[in-house]
Amino acid sequence: MPRINSPAELEELRKGILSKRDPDKPCIAICAGISCLALGNDRVISAFEEEIKKQSLEAKVDIRATGCHGFCEKGPNVVIYPEEICYIEVTPEDVPEIVSQTVIGKKVIDRLIYADPNTGEKAAHQSEIPFYKNQTRHLISNNTKIDPKSIDDYLALGGYSALSKALFEMTTEQVLEEIKKANLRGRGGGGFPAGLKWETARNAPGEEKYVIVNAHEGEPGAFMDRALFTGNPHNVLEGLIIGAYAIGSHQGFIYTRHDTPQLRDNIDIALTQAEEYGLLGENILGSGFNFNVEVHLDIGIFVSGESSALMRSIEGKTPEPRPKYIRTSVSGIWGKPSNLNNVETWANVPQIINKGSEWYTSIGTERSKGTKLISLSGNICNTGVVEVPMGTSLREIVYDIGGGIPNGKKLKAIHFGGPMGGSIPESLLDTPLDFDELAKLGAPMGAGGMLVMDEDTNMVDVARFFLNFLTDESCGKCVPCREGIRQMLKILTNISEGKGKEGDIELLEELSEVMGEASLCALGKTASDPVLSTLRYFRDEYEAHIKEKKCPA
Amino acid sequence: MSDILLQIDGREVKAKEGMTILEAALSSGIFIPTLCHHEKLEPYGACRICTVEIESRGRTRFVAACLYPVEENLVVRTRSEKVDRIRKMILELLLAHAPDAPALQDLAQEYGADKDRFEKESSFCILCGLCVRYCAEVKKKNAIGFVDRGARREINFIPEIASKECWNCKECFSLCPTEALQAAYFLTEALAFPSPSFEPASEE
Ligand SMILES: Cc1cc2nc3c(=O)[nH]c(=O)nc-3n(C[C@H](O)[C@H](O)[C@H](O)COP(=O)(O)O)c2cc1C
Ligand code: SF4
Repeated sequence: MPRINSPAELEELRKGILSKRDPDKPCIAICAGISCLALGNDRVISAFEEEIKKQSLEAKVDIRATGCHGFCEKGPNVVIYPEEICYIEVTPEDVPEIVSQTVIGKKVIDRLIYADPNTGEKAAHQSEIPFYKNQTRHLISNNTKIDPKSIDDYLALGGYSALSKALFEMTTEQVLEEIKKANLRGRGGGGFPAGLKWETARNAPGEEKYVIVNAHEGEPGAFMDRALFTGNPHNVLEGLIIGAYAIGSHQGFIYTRHDTPQLRDNIDIALTQAEEYGLLGENILGSGFNFNVEVHLDIGIFVSGESSALMRSIEGKTPEPRPKYIRTSVSGIWGKPSNLNNVETWANVPQIINKGSEWYTSIGTERSKGTKLISLSGNICNTGVVEVPMGTSLREIVYDIGGGIPNGKKLKAIHFGGPMGGSIPESLLDTPLDFDELAKLGAPMGAGGMLVMDEDTNMVDVARFFLNFLTDESCGKCVPCREGIRQMLKILTNISEGKGKEGDIELLEELSEVMGEASLCALGKTASDPVLSTLRYFRDEYEAHIKEKKCPA
Repeated sequence: MSDILLQIDGREVKAKEGMTILEAALSSGIFIPTLCHHEKLEPYGACRICTVEIESRGRTRFVAACLYPVEENLVVRTRSEKVDRIRKMILELLLAHAPDAPALQDLAQEYGADKDRFEKESSFCILCGLCVRYCAEVKKKNAIGFVDRGARREINFIPEIASKECWNCKECFSLCPTEALQAAYFLTEALAFPSPSFEPASEE
């Protein structure tokens, strides 16, 4: 690979890549994402490879193993370009027919396209399938167009042009200003304005500063960070480099999952390729700016995604949170200013730099801008990774995109934010997807895991499920969290086993208050949120369990 | 270092920059209860019994006095209805493990904590970490550490180190607020020296 030494050379390289690509050449894009992997997509990929070889089509047809397409419910997903025909639930047996009929014969195979379960209406293209049609996919849409192991694929779509623009056409202050004006808020759970955090780290005393990608994604039911990062690693990396430039950092860290080898591989390959092209390392694009990145693997405990625990983990210590009376953006890894952002937060940066904050703020609500990735799961027809503008109502997500509740059941509640989040009832379904609106209702968006629950759900069990998860996943250092969760779980277990007693609800509330005020980190402070929200909206279920020793659901 | 003026329980208190609320309070003779604090050790912030109410930049918050750095014009209340309620609950949670620990009993009286509020737990260690941290920070031996996490967290001697180091030291014993440590130690010793001549040691 040639090293690129200037923006002009970058554009030359891009032109070269594009000139070798024929937009009319058929390409079979097969989802190699984790959900489809579980459905046997590796066999589908090999079947395509064999079939193409058998028919001696290697020169005429491209095969692309891509990241997650989003429609996990109907995987393995295959898209045939240039027509963008979507096939769902593809098996290896379908492959010869797809190649001869669709790739060569340009005919749509009826049985493999999406059919609406209610109306039977068929849709052959992504743009017609309700699941995709009703989304606004600025971040995840490139997944089908990119082989994550190919930096050229990313460059062909305009990749690294934002980095080039930031380094050569903008001062560090201007980059920072643009992110601040865009009001980009952190996607990892807190919704803290990224620009303000960057500014704190930038202004903090000290020469050495760090920028970090939080790719821990420990929230049960959340899988969108993995989908995005595995499918389009350069997008996140480009955002990180731009952030480093604005903050004045020359060392980055990616903290990611130890149990997702595919993600790890794609990150490693992306780093190597970016370095070979001179987009990472010394004197990036000839700008004089130096920046290196190290990958660290988590140790698979939920609390290691918390910022101070994550930073201790990078230092090689046990991931125990420390009190953040001094912010990590001032004193983080080895006491140096350390700016941590979530995968999706970083991924938003290149498009903001490219298209400007004005464009970005035109999407979303007053205080929540841009789009948001959602992991849709639970009792919903279409599970998958969804991207919608902030402000989209939960009703649209559940019905227009999610396809409603399976088996003719009624919707009961929606849970956001995993073990530190909350559940809201069906009556609040017109609430917009918005950091502040959802937080007010006691169901903060968290990282974007949206769990849909039907009428058969027992809400006491929901609260118990999350607390049970946390008993193993808190670090156990401080008393209110460790002992509070222990006692709450006992009370909830008693209640659901019909052994609840008068006063249990009040004790749960009292424990919640102490945990919320006195725990050391956000895990303990919010561990009782699922309990509080279910008490707020489904108190009668708790009471029925206790008084009548039975479950109303 | 410059002096910082703050207010604790209505009194003007002078502190040095970098001090914690706990240090500032102690230096002016104001008492804040602690369980996991030790002057020779790094502040740890695990027991949360030193939780105090502060007013800073117009907000009322609850923070651990052993960790929170003093600020100019900070207003601290070491007791308030809510502080007392938090401490009472923390004590009740700990008394489920160590109902007979004198340090807990004294505080329980002060805060009206009921030692029987929660069902008794099998482990009597309250995981203050004094032994673990003393061994690591002062003795630099790391003969004892935490294992596991969440509700399953416990302390454990590392037999290979403990068999060499602990017999002649035992300095951590006196730090233990529940006196549970001896039991743990003897248990490990039994594991570390499984000799036929082993006899249970007499009471210390
Ligand atoms: C217990 C706990 C677990 C967390 N896990 C994650 C995680 O897996 N991924 C993540 O991005 N943020 C996680 N966070 C939030 C981080 O502490 C931090 O706020 C975030 O990474 C900052 O990035 P953002 O501002 O871009 O959202 C967690 C927080 C807590 C308290
Ligand atoms: S709140 Fe929970 S996870 Fe956080 S430090 Fe305390 S015990 Fe550990």
